[in-house]
Amino acid sequence: MSTGDKILGVLLASVAVSGAAFAQTMPVKYGFGSPVTEQELSKYFSIPVDGRGLPSGSGNATAGAKLYAENCAACHGEKLEGNPAKGIGGDKLIGGRGSLATKTPVKTVESYWPYATTLFDYVKRAMPFNSPGTLKDDETYAVVAYILSQAKIIQPTETMDARTLPKVAMPNRDGFEPDPRPELELYR
Amino acid sequence: MKRPAVIYDEKAQRMADAMIAAEARHMARRKAELEDCDCKKGMFATAGVTDRRKFLFAAGSSLAGVAGAASLAQAQDKAPPGAIHFNVPDDPTKEQGRAVNADGGYGSRSQFETEVRWRFPTANENTSWSMTPLDKMLGNLTASGLHFERHHGGIPTIDPAKHSMIVHGMVNTAKRFSMTDIKRFPSVTRKYFIECSGNGLTEWNKPTLKTVQGTHGLLSTSEWTGVQFAIIAREVGLKEGGQWVLAEGADAAVMTRSIPMEKMLKDALIVYGQNGEALRPEQGYPLRLLLPGYEGNTHIKWLRRLEVSDKPFMTREETSKYTDLLANGKARQFSMEMEAKSVITFPSGDMKLPGSGFYNITGLAWTGRGRVQSVDVSVDGGKTWNPAHIDTGPENICTVRFSSPWMWDGKPAVLQSRCTDETGYVQPTLQQLIAIRGSNGPFGSIYHLNAIQSWAVNEAGEVANVHG
Repeated sequence: MSTGDKILGVLLASVAVSGAAFAQTMPVKYGFGSPVTEQELSKYFSIPVDGRGLPSGSGNATAGAKLYAENCAACHGEKLEGNPAKGIGGDKLIGGRGSLATKTPVKTVESYWPYATTLFDYVKRAMPFNSPGTLKDDETYAVVAYILSQAKIIQPTETMDARTLPKVAMPNRDGFEPDPRPELELYR
Repeated sequence: MKRPAVIYDEKAQRMADAMIAAEARHMARRKAELEDCDCKKGMFATAGVTDRRKFLFAAGSSLAGVAGAASLAQAQDKAPPGAIHFNVPDDPTKEQGRAVNADGGYGSRSQFETEVRWRFPTANENTSWSMTPLDKMLGNLTASGLHFERHHGGIPTIDPAKHSMIVHGMVNTAKRFSMTDIKRFPSVTRKYFIECSGNGLTEWNKPTLKTVQGTHGLLSTSEWTGVQFAIIAREVGLKEGGQWVLAEGADAAVMTRSIPMEKMLKDALIVYGQNGEALRPEQGYPLRLLLPGYEGNTHIKWLRRLEVSDKPFMTREETSKYTDLLANGKARQFSMEMEAKSVITFPSGDMKLPGSGFYNITGLAWTGRGRVQSVDVSVDGGKTWNPAHIDTGPENICTVRFSSPWMWDGKPAVLQSRCTDETGYVQPTLQQLIAIRGSNGPFGSIYHLNAIQSWAVNEAGEVANVHG
């Protein structure tokens, strides 16, 4: 092979390489990120209304009453009436049925929340306020059962678990409607 | 104070009173700063003028204003938040200024600039919000340190090296993206406003707060940098039927909202940059969701997870909280878009005009449905309207700064602005909104108040929040 051939060969090779590189410079998929295992995903949850993803375990209002007193009452009141004190500001949890269409609506779990699954999801997610996400699943079911029972939505004897919780009929289940905006009234 | 007959229940009244008190404290602080100031007769008669006695006590010192590292902390105690105190020479041309990089390499604002956010006095300081001082904002972008805040479980401190975003659910391959991964994707940089749906919630039934910071301060505009969700979507592969995406934050509230897939694929961004640098911690450092034109709480901060689903999850925030309870007892759900709105920021509440003559009325206008098309200004309470100048180029879902020259004759006047967006939607009056949604108190339809704002100017030049 002459020197000239060698140079030609190198040139051809470099053309081939740069051509290949150029063809790959505009991907629509990049291949970044790493696979996630089911085990990793099991740390996360978000419970839709059909209860998919609800953990095993169960609880009732009797167990819930004790847990509530220990973990919740300081902010939400001994009688679930809420606590507006400075530095606390816990929501009222029960009462207010029939008030939504009045001049002083009272929005609580009892009067306003459309799904019991949301209550479980939220308590497991963000409560108790001072140590979020620390209740065990049995404890979460129990606290939820207690609140629903105090709201007279379930019987005090009922057990809440992955099967029963999604079936709880919340009083304001049909109280919501889609956003109609822009409001047609503004075009008259 | 005269109270309306039926509007506030006991809890709401407590909150309203606390709010009024908090704003009053803020205003009192600014008034105190103004005493004995030669700027007393200026247009901003009661608004944030630096207290020269407080911050300039060392004026005339012969020391050059170079602060050593050891004295910085002490110096900061004497300066407003975000500033460092330096001695002020009698004549800055007669001695050397501070050494280059004496600030440690990251700048601070002038010690003479005192404006701050103030916190809405919710009982709980962790689940609360703070307001941008719109009356002092210049131009269109909001200074990062003055961007309004809304937190549901405080501001977490997150090490970006340990932070990641998982995308899973109805996807072909669930993936975890580190911050390094996310920053390797092509990015876009766009200016968008964010407005809290609760902006103005105190103003439905009567003029309650006095300043534009109080009435409209849950609005801020930034330049955001990040990755389009569409790119992330291709990396994981969307499955048939994926109609919603749950976004989850890594704060103590583990805040969640369900977002329609249509929106996610239209213009959702996964952002890590704000105004040329990393997100501020209060704005979701190191990663947040940005949903142009959607109500602020949906822009999940400290974003750690996206789950693709066929249905919304009906989280606490999208059922019990950010829903609009109407007078008939029904509530609107997934009321996401922020509609066309505007407000005059000068002159605005608690200012005082020194006398008749020329004033350049100015303010901000915005819409979650595209670009601002036009802004009109009225100085007679809405009887007649004149087109305003649009001082910044209208951009998609971004505020514009508008202005309107005004020769004040010294007689009482009511100033209003009205935004029309590119769809032709015209900013409504408060009466129109109440006629549609009712007025069942602070726990009723408190969100999405985009009504025309009125500022009354009396013969003394004092500007007050009124209902037009």
